[in-house]
Amino acid sequence: MVLLAQRWAEKFMDRNPEISVQVSGGGSGTGLTALIDGTTDIATASRSIAPKESERIVATYGGEPHETPVAIDAVALYVHRDNPVPALGLPQTKEVFRGRVLDWSALGVPLGHIVLYSRENNSGTYTFFKETVLENEDFAAEAQTLPGTAAVINAVSRDLAAIGYGGIGFASGARIVPIALEDGTAISPNAETARNGTYPLARPLFLYTAGPIDETAQRYVDFALSAEGQTLVEDLGYFPLPIEGPIAGGRG
Amino acid sequence: MSLGQHRKAPAWHAVAEYLIGGLAITAIAAIVLIFGFVAREAIPLLWETQEEIRFVDLVWPRQWPGYEEPVYVWQPIGKIPKYNLVPLFVGTLKVTILSMLISAPLGLACAIYLAHYAGSRTREIVKPVIELLAGIPSVVLGFFGLVLVASVVHDTFGFIYRLNGLVAALVLSITVIPVVFTICEDALRSVPRALHEGAIALGARTHEVVFRVSLPAALPGIAAAMVLGLGRAIGETMVVLMASGNAAVVDLFDWSTSVRTVTATIAAELGEVPRGEPHWRVLFLLGAILFLITYGLNALAAWSVRRLSAHLGGRS
Repeated sequence: MVLLAQRWAEKFMDRNPEISVQVSGGGSGTGLTALIDGTTDIATASRSIAPKESERIVATYGGEPHETPVAIDAVALYVHRDNPVPALGLPQTKEVFRGRVLDWSALGVPLGHIVLYSRENNSGTYTFFKETVLENEDFAAEAQTLPGTAAVINAVSRDLAAIGYGGIGFASGARIVPIALEDGTAISPNAETARNGTYPLARPLFLYTAGPIDETAQRYVDFALSAEGQTLVEDLGYFPLPIEGPIAGGRG
Repeated sequence: MSLGQHRKAPAWHAVAEYLIGGLAITAIAAIVLIFGFVAREAIPLLWETQEEIRFVDLVWPRQWPGYEEPVYVWQPIGKIPKYNLVPLFVGTLKVTILSMLISAPLGLACAIYLAHYAGSRTREIVKPVIELLAGIPSVVLGFFGLVLVASVVHDTFGFIYRLNGLVAALVLSITVIPVVFTICEDALRSVPRALHEGAIALGARTHEVVFRVSLPAALPGIAAAMVLGLGRAIGETMVVLMASGNAAVVDLFDWSTSVRTVTATIAAELGEVPRGEPHWRVLFLLGAILFLITYGLNALAAWSVRRLSAHLGGRS
């Protein structure tokens, strides 16, 4: 979600030329670590803060971290655009990414050996996928790790036998596989299914601050929640928060 | 009477001497301090985290919950973090060996060609061009590997994995060849002319001069070139991070699978780990081991040069 944070920062600086915002990427873990170390004011994260990280914030700042949901992201399964696999259930997906199902023919498409693309383990998407899809089991050792969702999509779009996962914000060049629920209905990720929770791999994106929040940081958070900020959310392919959400509290 | 008096060096000479000596000591101190810092972060592993990491799990396969057999796993993030170092060193070893197999003969052959066969004009063009390779930023090479070399290898060999050990080794060779080449070429050219000319005077052909005279005489330098090239290959980070696929698999002699090297692991993971966590300490342990390996290689190079030159010097 570094792109989103960057867009917000650009627009925010347009509106408030006296404030300068620097955005750097690296993954949710990177941002939260920076927050703990005091090298950033706001950390963006695509996962909830871990208990351990939270403890460290309390230890450093003497108070709980402050969490603001700012958008909704759906993690999508990507395959090559010529891969005809109709839909995958979560249990099937788990077996595939654990390396128990090795060949596409087991999933009904004759494409040969499955090539797995995963994210680097500092990514919030990695943690989310591991917890939600793999149910905390390990990825297959053969899963290749790439440094960003864009890289995953790029790799998948070049490889007929590939499957990867990543935030939906970047979808282009590869095909998104719908997820089959237990009753057999296939759900594609879109604004509606992500918000109402029928798409099983949807998750909120957060901004985290720690300690006594300074006024400038608060203005950035408010901006992210404002109508303008939420338009940028949509522009980047994420889903804005439902209107009745915490957006009402924003001052922006 | 003043003529015979020894002239005393001006006082600032002594100052300059101290200054230069101080600079030299700074360099040594920097190395010692860096190693000290890296080791200091890793050493608490010995007593601090016995419940979270058993030492034997770092090097020995273990049957974790959910696995059918004991395995080497590097998955430091998750409910049960698994820090087996073996897949990472296997990855480093695989890529390093293959890239040395590619670049050592190429670098040496280039050096021999330029030192003995090529005319001086060819040499003036080719040498700087090869050395220019060393100046390409490794991130550019990594991108080149990721996009182009990977596709060529994929189309040629049809491996299952597009990014694999072979791609990484090929691209890595581009960074190693200039190192091997430059030092080999210097070593070959510093063989005393008298030896060449003597051999030619005795009727030796060029290839006989090369194999019987130049190569044996330049052996210490060539050995040093190989060891320094090896050090470069082990230490290179960006190229392997981008072109190897970074899957921590243990297939020792299969270059068609993806590899995850020690350096790439440190680069990819260190930024996200909170200070003082077991994961942090293990990454520093990797760094310390890497440091010892490269230090050992450099020491080996120095030792072999000294030994070989003493040996050759005694014989001639």
